[in-house]
Amino acid sequence: MKEVAIIGVGQTAFVRGYEGSIRELAFDAFREAMQDAGITQKEAEASIFCSAPEYDKQRSPAGVLAEYLGLIPQPTLYVETVCSSSSTGIKVAYGMIKSGLHDVVVVLGFQKMSEITSAESQERMGRGADIQWEAPFGTMMPAYYALYAQAYMAKHGLTHDDLMNVRIKSSTYGVINDRAVYRKPVKPADFKQGDPEAKMAGPVAWPLRVGDCCANADGSSCIILASAEKARALSKKPVWVLGIGAASEAVNMAARPDFTRGLSAGYAAAAQAYKMAGITAKDVRVAEVHDCFTIAEIMAYEGLGFAPMGEGKQLIREKATYKEGKIPVNVDGGLLSKGHPIGATGGSQIRTIVLQLRGEAGPMQVAGEPDIGLVHNIGGVGLYGNVTIFGRD
Amino acid sequence: MGFEKFGRKSFTSVTKTAKFVDHLAEGKIEGTVCKDCGAKFFPPRADCAKCFSNNMNWFEMPKKGKLETFTTAYYAPFGFEGDPPYTMGVVDFGNNLKLFARMAKDIKPEEVKVGMEVSVRPLKYDDGQLSFEVIKT
Repeated sequence: MKEVAIIGVGQTAFVRGYEGSIRELAFDAFREAMQDAGITQKEAEASIFCSAPEYDKQRSPAGVLAEYLGLIPQPTLYVETVCSSSSTGIKVAYGMIKSGLHDVVVVLGFQKMSEITSAESQERMGRGADIQWEAPFGTMMPAYYALYAQAYMAKHGLTHDDLMNVRIKSSTYGVINDRAVYRKPVKPADFKQGDPEAKMAGPVAWPLRVGDCCANADGSSCIILASAEKARALSKKPVWVLGIGAASEAVNMAARPDFTRGLSAGYAAAAQAYKMAGITAKDVRVAEVHDCFTIAEIMAYEGLGFAPMGEGKQLIREKATYKEGKIPVNVDGGLLSKGHPIGATGGSQIRTIVLQLRGEAGPMQVAGEPDIGLVHNIGGVGLYGNVTIFGRD
Repeated sequence: MGFEKFGRKSFTSVTKTAKFVDHLAEGKIEGTVCKDCGAKFFPPRADCAKCFSNNMNWFEMPKKGKLETFTTAYYAPFGFEGDPPYTMGVVDFGNNLKLFARMAKDIKPEEVKVGMEVSVRPLKYDDGQLSFEVIKT
């Protein structure tokens, strides 16, 4: 199905402490995407803004940002599924275009996390889960993912070294991605228990350590989508949205069926996206998965069908998910190295896949002219699952 | 009102399930059961999503379960700074009844294992907040 295409992508560098307001942050990614698409605001018929609330003070950001970007008086709206907000924005844009309502839609994800402290940020993120029955215990995102890690490691023999190797892979590409917040190489000595110099080794929410967790960052991403007719007219290298899957899951951990099987919403979203695209996991040549924590990448390998249940560890042990491997995953550094400015993350993943399919990913380019790419973007602790599949002509 | 007394720090004050806190004060950890279709819920719900009923009774949670998974937090979110380290886990009682809570302070982290037999009990903090915790059997 080649009915909706991406004709422009943009992303800021993800940084600690962006020196500007959310309007200026949004504009940086917007400028790059518009120049990439080679269009002006006159051609953009609607805009969608995506972020997680309560990091900056702006209520109803869509109208404010649309004005700053020069996208008024066109319709605009705000979409939110925490960490997967901009993937959800893409889904909404796809529907608008496929329905014939609009031909060109701008999806802009942004987050300026540095306006609050790290502890405040943990509290906000914890409240992206069950505030009535779980947050009163002092929950936070690393602790939630640690629940999955603990049960998974006990059942499937996944080790701390395996998790470390996910982070080391990530850093391999963080080093060469000039948009990443963490650009230093990571080596096994950084994870050595009991060594005060080992900056990745300290426990955060056991079994997850500092090095198992992605960092907060400020950033924005922008994706411009168009109908087939417009895409053919405007773009030399349109990248087509071939499949979209999205699902949700119970918020409370007490309602989760199985902590050894990964995130249910991820499995469900993958099945839908593969079915819509008419492909299987074997057809994917390059993927971006939601590695907010190292364990999440291992679980994603299985949720996406890259590895059988419990065997995700083999992919990292065999280096199969490196750039030269059979299924390259997060070869832009992923969330672990790029940083995770919540609302911008999905758009950043999509930008990476678009560049890969166009052959424009520079030092991160996967060889062999990949023709199918996949984005896996999770919101909350698997509260929302989003899988989007892309292809080129 | 009343639910602000739940947990180390509550983010909700008004809920139709606020009696949960009164039951904690009486020494009971209770879920809700639908009078019309019999579905059981923990955490408690005021409305049955299976049959749309809002006729709910309270029932006392089982005492014995297995620890399905757990984590020990060494950092805490804003408002919980004095608490780490603390361990939280999910207890599975069977029959689709599970519960998420902190584990009692007197359990050492190295004693905690996936699959271990555990129990639960109500808990009153020094500041009067009411909660429940996982204990060894």
